[in-house]
Amino acid sequence: MLYREAGQFRTSYAEDQRIFPIRQDRVAIALLLAFAFFVVPAVASHYWLKALLIPFLILSLAALGLNILTGYAGQLSLGTAGFMAVGAFMAYNFELRLPELPILVSFALAGLCAAALGIVFGLPSLRIKGFYLAVATLACQFFVLWVLQRVGWFTNYSSSGVISAQEIVILGHTFDSAQEKYLLTLAIVALMALAAKNLMRSETGRAFMAVRDMDVAASVIGIPIMRTKLLAFAISSFYCGVAGALYAFCYLGTVEPEAFSLDLSFRVLFMIIIGGVGSILGSFLGAAFITLLPIFLNLVSGFLSHAFGVDVPHAWLSNIELIIFGALIVFFLIVEPHGLARLWQIGKEKLRLWPFPH
Amino acid sequence: MKRSMLALALAAAATGFSGTAAAQAKEQFIPAAFYWVGPFAPGGSGIAAGFLDYLTLLNERDGGINGVKLTWEKCETEYITSRGVECYERLKKRGPTGASLFHPLSTGITYALIDRAPIDKVPLITLGYGRTDASDGRVFPYVFPLITNYWSQNTAKIRFIGQREGGMDKLRGKHIVNLYHDSAYGKETLPVLEKQAEMYGFKVTNIAVPSPGNEQSAQWLQIRQLKPDWVILRGWGVMNPTALKAAARAGFPRDRIVGVWWSGSEEDVIPAGDAAKGFIAAGFNAAGDKFPVIQEIRKHVYGKGKGELEDKSRIGTIYYNRGVIFAIVSTEAIRKAQERFGKGQPMTGEQVRWGLENLNIDEATLKRLGASGFMPTFRITCEDHEGGGGVRFQQWDGKQWKIISDWIPTDQKLVRPMIEASAMQYAKEKNITPRDCAKEK
Repeated sequence: MLYREAGQFRTSYAEDQRIFPIRQDRVAIALLLAFAFFVVPAVASHYWLKALLIPFLILSLAALGLNILTGYAGQLSLGTAGFMAVGAFMAYNFELRLPELPILVSFALAGLCAAALGIVFGLPSLRIKGFYLAVATLACQFFVLWVLQRVGWFTNYSSSGVISAQEIVILGHTFDSAQEKYLLTLAIVALMALAAKNLMRSETGRAFMAVRDMDVAASVIGIPIMRTKLLAFAISSFYCGVAGALYAFCYLGTVEPEAFSLDLSFRVLFMIIIGGVGSILGSFLGAAFITLLPIFLNLVSGFLSHAFGVDVPHAWLSNIELIIFGALIVFFLIVEPHGLARLWQIGKEKLRLWPFPH
Repeated sequence: MKRSMLALALAAAATGFSGTAAAQAKEQFIPAAFYWVGPFAPGGSGIAAGFLDYLTLLNERDGGINGVKLTWEKCETEYITSRGVECYERLKKRGPTGASLFHPLSTGITYALIDRAPIDKVPLITLGYGRTDASDGRVFPYVFPLITNYWSQNTAKIRFIGQREGGMDKLRGKHIVNLYHDSAYGKETLPVLEKQAEMYGFKVTNIAVPSPGNEQSAQWLQIRQLKPDWVILRGWGVMNPTALKAAARAGFPRDRIVGVWWSGSEEDVIPAGDAAKGFIAAGFNAAGDKFPVIQEIRKHVYGKGKGELEDKSRIGTIYYNRGVIFAIVSTEAIRKAQERFGKGQPMTGEQVRWGLENLNIDEATLKRLGASGFMPTFRITCEDHEGGGGVRFQQWDGKQWKIISDWIPTDQKLVRPMIEASAMQYAKEKNITPRDCAKEK
């Protein structure tokens, strides 16, 4: 009933090619965005904004970046956190050295720096595939952190290697409260997600998918392999770079290179595996799952000890979390390689036919 | 079953959402964001246990601080910055007056919270770690790197090495390797070491160990080639026993390795076995359970089965005792704040901040607490958030830590101008106008 499409006709090509061809979806997404933009900042507490929603949005963006590369173009990467680090440190340096530069331009330039590095580390993808490529991108992860820790210029010669993000000022307005930072992050993430969605539906996205599915066949039908692969690396790294800049400026404020460790790369990879490889929605679902589950477990244990006096040892919780992640990743890889996003898609198809499935 | 789980989950989410626990008067809330798992758990869990046991002691024996019961909530940070920030945000509004103070117990988390603390009015206590230039209280009103910061400690360490060599002038021409954990924590002493090398004419080689530090063969190979006179071990967690074992393999004498105080605990040397014998480390607290305060904890807390530790042999270890010091400092600051803002009342973070800034831990206080000789005396002022404690050196004899030096004073003449310069630069970057301490009271 929810998804009854009776009476919805598409009478032009433009209507047929919309992102959300079903009216209910359009309404739902509009409501969701309205909720996220207007209701959430008004009702959510500091804790929700600063500790849950902002990191969730930023990690969604990073997962989106990785999904473009791994999910759509089929190139496995373990360098996500490295690209994020480039974004964070370059945004800081642009602001520091060219203070007249608007902050959003700095973010974009930082993203471009990450993209340039992505192209360099994408070069091996022309020759190697799969696991071997993952190892090559792993080199990027370590190389970036090594450079940031060794070359003083990147941290403005800070003795401890820590940078402190500058204030965010856009058109004379300072974004310093949790609400403002949340809105800024949300706006950037929403716009970039829209761009990614459209890109993936365009010729470029189709070329990515063709390369992913079989690169020899793709080259036979005239898709330039080198250009496509490097473009995938560049776009993906750009997204990760902007995510990294937001991580430094809107979330932590003060960052050391260590914050972008290999661990973060793996977490982003888990996000797309659980959320859904090759799906924009999946990036968000996966990020929500991975960022919120540990906190949720923690809260439940706090609640248990509060209400029933059952003290759940902390070591258990962290181990339970690892067990759940591990089990889920194995489960999704075997049973549903397209993750939570695919589950949602199946559910939606059922709903569209409900209550009269053929 | 499913439904009750869901209800439980929703309820838990709701408590997190509103961020307020049952508001009761006469309670002082203290966040306990430490780590019980991960590569740094040996340190984190020991400190957490000492900290919470002392708070339990005050509740059980004295009924809290002047009748105000202490409450707390644990939060697991795993020594990960983003987790620590989440814990801080979750706990800062708990209790009737919010979090009275916060121990980040990680230099990375400290850095991430420095900008947030003044806005939320929650003082950060970074006892023996954290951002060094935060010792300048004029620029960092809400950060307290109490007792001794890393730079000061490092000057004491060089003085100790000087003593061992037979005078500071003997340091000329010597070669010291600084083996450090590659993180903000590890790098913190690089500038001061460089300055001291210039001052005393010794040579420093800095060698980084990537976190967490369980692989050091390349580094020790390099040390074997360099043949330094001393190695400063700036390690943390699993890096320390690994370093000692690697040193034994490389044949470097262990009594020529001087550790920072985050590498001088039982948990750091016992896993290294015989390789640790002779290793020297700095410290600002004594080991052992002979002190009256530890005895009281045994009697009032473990006697009633309310202790944190399952393995009671950890009572009186270095980290456990350090956790007790964390708690002593925190509760004494609350007590001090109560003296001014109302005895028997829960204090806000802002009031506790005043208490910390006027904290004076002298011999008489230590005696009252049963902690004479347990920790150094120190005094905090508006300008000086460090307090000028001394550093003691101890050596591992294979069974226990033996104290081998007096309280060695730090070189404030060298450190303080560096701190002020660094703090002023931070103030300039962040547009902070330093407070005028003459006007405070």
